[in-house]
Order: sequence, then C-alpha cells, then structure tokens
Amino acid sequence: MRDQHGIQAESLVREYKGGIKAVDGIDLRIEPGEIYGFLGPNGAGKSTTVHMLTTLLPPTSGTARVAGFDIVKQGPQVRSAIGAALQEAALDPFLTGREHLRLQASLHGLSRDERKRRSTELLERVGLSLAADRKIKGYSGGMKRRLDLALALVHEPSTLFLDEPTTGLDPQSRTALWSEVARLAKGEGVTVFLTTQYLEEADVLADRVGIIHRGHIVAEGTPDELKAQIGRPTIEAVPADPDQREAIEELLLQFGTPTAGDPLSVSIRCESEADLADVIRALDAAGLHVAQIHMHEPTLDDVFLAKTGTSLEGAADEEELEAVSA
Amino acid sequence: MTSRRQVALALAYRQMTVLIKNPALFLPPMLFPLMSFLAFAGGLSRLSHVPGFRYEGGYTSFVFVFVLLQSAAFSGVFMGFNVARDFETGFARRLLIAVSHRSGLILGYALSALLRWATVAIVLTIVAVIAQMKIGGNGIDIVGMYTLAAFLNFAGVLWASGIALRLRSTQGAPLMQTPVFLALFLSPVYVPLDLLKGWIHNVATANPITYLLEAGRGFLSGNPVQVLLAFACGLGLAAFFGIWAFRGLRRAERAAG
Amino acid sequence: MRTLSQVWEIAWRSIVRTMRQPAQIIPNVTFPLLLLAINSNGLRAATHLPGFPTSSFLDFFIPIAFMQGALFASGTAGVDLARDIDNGFLNRLALTPMRGVALLLGQLGGAVALGTIQAAVYLGVGIAAGVRFETGAAGAALLFVLAVLIALGFGTLGVLLALRTGSGEAVQSSFPLLFFLLFLSSMNLPRNLISIDWFRDLATVNPVSYMIEAMRSLVIEGWNAQALALGFLFTVLMIALGLAGSALSLKTRMART
Repeated sequence: MRDQHGIQAESLVREYKGGIKAVDGIDLRIEPGEIYGFLGPNGAGKSTTVHMLTTLLPPTSGTARVAGFDIVKQGPQVRSAIGAALQEAALDPFLTGREHLRLQASLHGLSRDERKRRSTELLERVGLSLAADRKIKGYSGGMKRRLDLALALVHEPSTLFLDEPTTGLDPQSRTALWSEVARLAKGEGVTVFLTTQYLEEADVLADRVGIIHRGHIVAEGTPDELKAQIGRPTIEAVPADPDQREAIEELLLQFGTPTAGDPLSVSIRCESEADLADVIRALDAAGLHVAQIHMHEPTLDDVFLAKTGTSLEGAADEEELEAVSA
Repeated sequence: MTSRRQVALALAYRQMTVLIKNPALFLPPMLFPLMSFLAFAGGLSRLSHVPGFRYEGGYTSFVFVFVLLQSAAFSGVFMGFNVARDFETGFARRLLIAVSHRSGLILGYALSALLRWATVAIVLTIVAVIAQMKIGGNGIDIVGMYTLAAFLNFAGVLWASGIALRLRSTQGAPLMQTPVFLALFLSPVYVPLDLLKGWIHNVATANPITYLLEAGRGFLSGNPVQVLLAFACGLGLAAFFGIWAFRGLRRAERAAG
Repeated sequence: MRTLSQVWEIAWRSIVRTMRQPAQIIPNVTFPLLLLAINSNGLRAATHLPGFPTSSFLDFFIPIAFMQGALFASGTAGVDLARDIDNGFLNRLALTPMRGVALLLGQLGGAVALGTIQAAVYLGVGIAAGVRFETGAAGAALLFVLAVLIALGFGTLGVLLALRTGSGEAVQSSFPLLFFLLFLSSMNLPRNLISIDWFRDLATVNPVSYMIEAMRSLVIEGWNAQALALGFLFTVLMIALGLAGSALSLKTRMART
C-alpha cells in the first residue's frame, strides 16, 4: 500500500480533434505519500490530465511515470498499482453496494475469501455497512462518493486518483471524505492526486497545489507558499454614494495598487505598512463615506486571480479579517 | 391573464421548436408508419386474393387507411411521452405554476400532437401516392377520412397524457403504448371484418377502431359506409379520454401542491 | 481461466441488472407473444391462399416471435452498454485488469441469457397453443439453438451500435432500423406469395428472411437441409461480422494504454 515512487510527468500534452490542446505541456513531480491538489475551473484540463495519468487516454506527446511505471508502455502495471474515483461516481443503479465491490474485487483477481473480507472491511470503513445490500438507486450523493472511494481501494492501491471527489456534496459528507483521504495519505503512505475546483478543499487537504489554467500549470507550491507570493493583503471598499467612487479610488491609491475585484467596489492591494485603521481615518478626513470596507489576507483565490487574471468560480469563502461598516 | 387558447398556442409552439431542432425525436414516429405501410402494402398484397376479400380500392388503399390511423394514434402517444418527460425534468411543474388556465396545457399538447401527425400524414400520403394507391373518393370523402384519423390522434394524445399526468415518469411509456397497439391490431388490419374468424372477430366487432377503419376505407374507395357510427365512435373516444386526461391533470395539480 | 471468470462476472452483472428491471423485460417478452396471438388470428385468412404451405398460421408465424425476442434482447444489451459508456462505468471497468474480450463476451452473455429465456417462453407457449413440429422434438431443439444464436448475432449488432455511438438514446433510436430488416422479409408470407416485385426482391436479398425460413422449415416442412444451411450460415456470418466490428470499436472506445 505504501507508495515508493510518486508521480512524475514531463511535457504531457493531449490534443483533441481540431487541434484543441486540453493539456498543453504539463510537468509534475509528486512525492510518495503526498496529497497533490490540482486546482482549476471546469474545462481547464484537470480531467484530461487524470485520464492520461490513469492510462485511460494516451497522451499526444510527453511521458509520465505513476507508481514507478510508464503510463504509455506499462499500462497494465500502472492500473494495478492505482485506484481511481473519477467524476460522476459511475455506479450501476440496479446493483447494491456490496455487489459493486464484489464485481470490482473479482475483476482485480481477488480470491473469493479475500473479496468477502475486503468488501466488509471497506464498507465498514466508509460507513456503508448498513446500506451495503441496498440498490444504488436509493443512495444519496454522499453515499455514492463514499462507495466510489471504497471501490477505488479494493485492491489496496499505492496511488489514488480522485477527480473532483466532493463536487455536489454537503459540507458534512465533504469533511468526512477529506478526513478519510488524509488518513490514507498520512497513515498508510498512499500518494493522492486530487483534482478540485474548490479552493477550500485544496487549502485544507493538499500538501501541494498546482493551479491549471487552459492546459498549463500556472503556479505550484504549498498553499502557504502560493499565498506568500501574493504577499500583501487586499482592501476592498464599497462607496456609499456612487458619485464619490472616483474620489475614493484616488484616495485608496495612496495605499496601494489597483486590483480586480467586485465591480461595485474599489479594490487595492496594499503596498505600504498602513492598516485598515489608517485607511478609514483618511476616508473620514476627506469626508468620503463607504457602505462597506474589508481587508483580507491573500487566499488561493487571489493567487488564482493573480496568475490567471480571472476569479475561480465557486471560490471558497473569503477569509474576512475585518469588516467595518462606515 | 393568459387565455386558454394562448396557453395552448404557446405550448404547441414550444413543442414544435423542440422537434425541429431535434430531428432524432422526429424520426421514429415517422419511420414506424412508413415501415408498416411498406411491409403491409408490399408484403401482403396477395391477401386480396383470399376468397371472400371484397374491397374496391385495392390492397394498397386498404392498408393505407390502417396505417394512417396507426400513425395518428401513435403521434398522440408519442406526445404523451413528452408530457411525461416534462414532468421528469420539472418543466411541467413550471408550466403548472405559470399558467392560469391549466386545461390549456392539455390542449397545447394535443395541438402539438396534431401538428406532428399532420407532417407524418403528409409524408405517408405522398409515399402512398407514389406506390400507386387508388383513390376512389371525392374531396369530401378524403376530408372525412383524415378527420376520422384526427379524432383518433386526439383520443391517443388524451389517453397517453392521462397516463403521463398520473405517473409523471417516462417509465410509464409501455403503459401508454401497449394498449393503443393492441386496440389498433385487434381490428380488421389485414383483411375485412367478415374474414376474421373466432375470438378475434368478436373482439374486432366490439372495437370502436374497427368502425373508424371501415368508414375510412369506405371514404378512400368512394363508397362511404357506416359514416355516422364512425364519427360517433371518434367523438366518443375523444370525449371519454378527454375526461380521463382532465382528471389526470387534477391529480397532477394536487401532487404538485 | 482468468478471462473466463471475468466474462462470467460481466455477464452476471448484465443479467442481474436486466432481471431487476421487470418493467423492461416484461414488455420485451410479452410483446412478441401478443403479436403472435393477434397475427396468427388476424392473418389466418392467408392460409386460404392457393399455395400457402400450411393450414395453421400459428405454425407459420411462430419464428417471428423468436426474431422479435432476439431483437429486443439485443436492444437491451446495446442500451445498457451505451449507458455504461455514457456515465463512466466503462472507465471504471477499464481501470481493472479486465480484458476487452471479457467485456464483449460478458455483455453478450447477458443478451444471450435474456434471449434464451425468451426463446424458452415462446417455445413453451407455442407448443401449448398447438404448434406442431414436422421435425419433432429434435427439430424443436434445433430451432431453440438457432434462436439463441440469432439472439447472439443481433446482440453483437446492439453492442456494436453502443460502442460506436456511446449514447443510449442513439442506440434506441437506431433500433427501428433493425426492425426494418424484419419487416422487409418473408415474415408475413412465403416469398413466392409476395406479389409486389420490389418487395419480393428485398425479402430475397434480406438475410433475415433465411433465418426465419430456416426456423419455419423445422416447424412446417420437415428436414430441409438447404433452408437450415442458409439460416445457420447467415446467422454465423452476422455473429462473426458483429464481433469483429465490436472488437474494432472497443479498441477506439477503450483506448487505455
């Protein structure tokens, strides 16, 4: 179960018909036992990357090694070393949870006794023992994702691929899945490659994050490193009177440089050592009124914004440090 | 407040737009009657040599009237599938909320079914004419034949909508389809009524579709028979399934809350 | 040995999921029976045609039930596989050491299982309703074998369609095309009694005619080596071509390294 090799990719490219490059030269170096968060909006190339790394889709060019095996030349070996829960939790609505495990286990060549033992153990672990003999039709989204995870683990893989594992889940199921993934990596040394469009997920769960945008990795590092690259906090003010917008903008520019943000507000990235209190005092002295003013530390969303020029849809809640109504 | 007529027209417009943009939905309802027509008219024409087979119009015309009625009934049933699908996707719930005269919804689906069948009927007629179908009747006779078929189209969509409104799921499709199929084929499809023997003769005699079929064949050959009875059957079917559909609508309204 | 157990697992799943959808099987099994009941009576008059080979239209028509059953079974297999492709279940399987051939044979196993059950039902019902085999019990057994092979053959076509389109709806809407083959055959009358030339020509080049005629010969004629040879030949050809096509399509569909 403990991975020794990690994942390495060099200049991975996948070109679809019509010359569209869904993935355009990706390099990866993921350590054994690491949780790597692959962050990007829909259509950025996340799933295509996962399909290539899991051998379901041959790359147009480039190479990669997963669990020590070449994804092009050693497909069968890669597949036996990895587990994958791909998007949409593809399950058969007319089979039960236990029957899914049985099918998966026997296709992986487990003996009859092993199958039984492993199924019971995994159902227990993902909390589906009671629902095991019910048809999938009656499962909730969270239950399906948990079963999906159990199926990916049947043959005790050393590397795990999770393609948007928590999309559409309620916060409770999401947290439960996170803790199980963290346990697998930290407790059992499984390497986890996780794609997500949730910043919070990447922030909480991933040891390192890669931001993918239009087929390229535009930033990579630990969440803290990435935020540190952005550095200073952002101040965002919503004018109380739209006529004062220009005056407020002029005043705020004394404290930093303009940055993109909510269209109703004026946003700057702080450059001086001034804090929010200084800004408010200056506004007050100039007789300018704001409906709201916030200051927040950089988030992965800011990183994303800075690296791609657009905000990630469905971004996690901002870490609001201060919110003052004037 | 939108009137019942406006609701019906708006819904029919939407159905036709969907149809024009999705030719795949259009093909099966078009293909089945054509298939039946070719198979019956082409494959079975020798049946007109069976001793006792009497029909002036020739076997192609004999079969055409049945296939016309079949296409009318099934265009109605296929529209019932759409009603069920609208409930599955939640579109119907929105319609129920948006519309003041909800009975206009059923009329709208019925109007769509009629338009849809009209296109099938035109293609079918062209194919039949190319296949050298004999037309003995005059203009009024022909209008009579298509009117009878339109009654069946109306009855078909009302029957299927009644099921769709009660089950509100496309799983009900076989339930909409099978009884209509049976009712159609338990009539004198291949040979005239008096050549049917045994139980099927009794069933066909009691089947109102038999009278639509025989009157339609009479119209096409120019020797109208049992016209009043046929129109009474057509009206009766439409009225009966009309009540069935509107009661279904009430049930759907209660379920939608 | 490993491959065999994989075939069994895939077939098991395909059978279980089919059996758990009675709403899907029951119409598939009963519809051909209904058509058999209706047509064996509605078309009975055809036995009065000079040169008709038997006095029982039921005997003449029973092979059609097997053909329809096979078509339905293959439709189910095709739609199920297309759904698997559509929702990613095939990817799940592709990530296991499952061999492509196991997927094909397993999926076909499901179609054949369903086809076998259907064939048994039709044979039982037919015999109970008075079908007499000129070739006796051996002929009935051979007809059963041929029916299962035909189910396998059409199953390969269903799987091929699924692999090529990857969409359940596309499979469903292209299925009428296979029914077209049945309609344009000697299903309703022997070829020498089809009086429309183009139809007789179509039925003569249509391989489905020979499958029907092989089964039919066992019931109404006695041992007819030529009819049997042609029927089995076309069936085996269909299986071979369908399998080859499916295997090719699977290669592109499951492009894993």
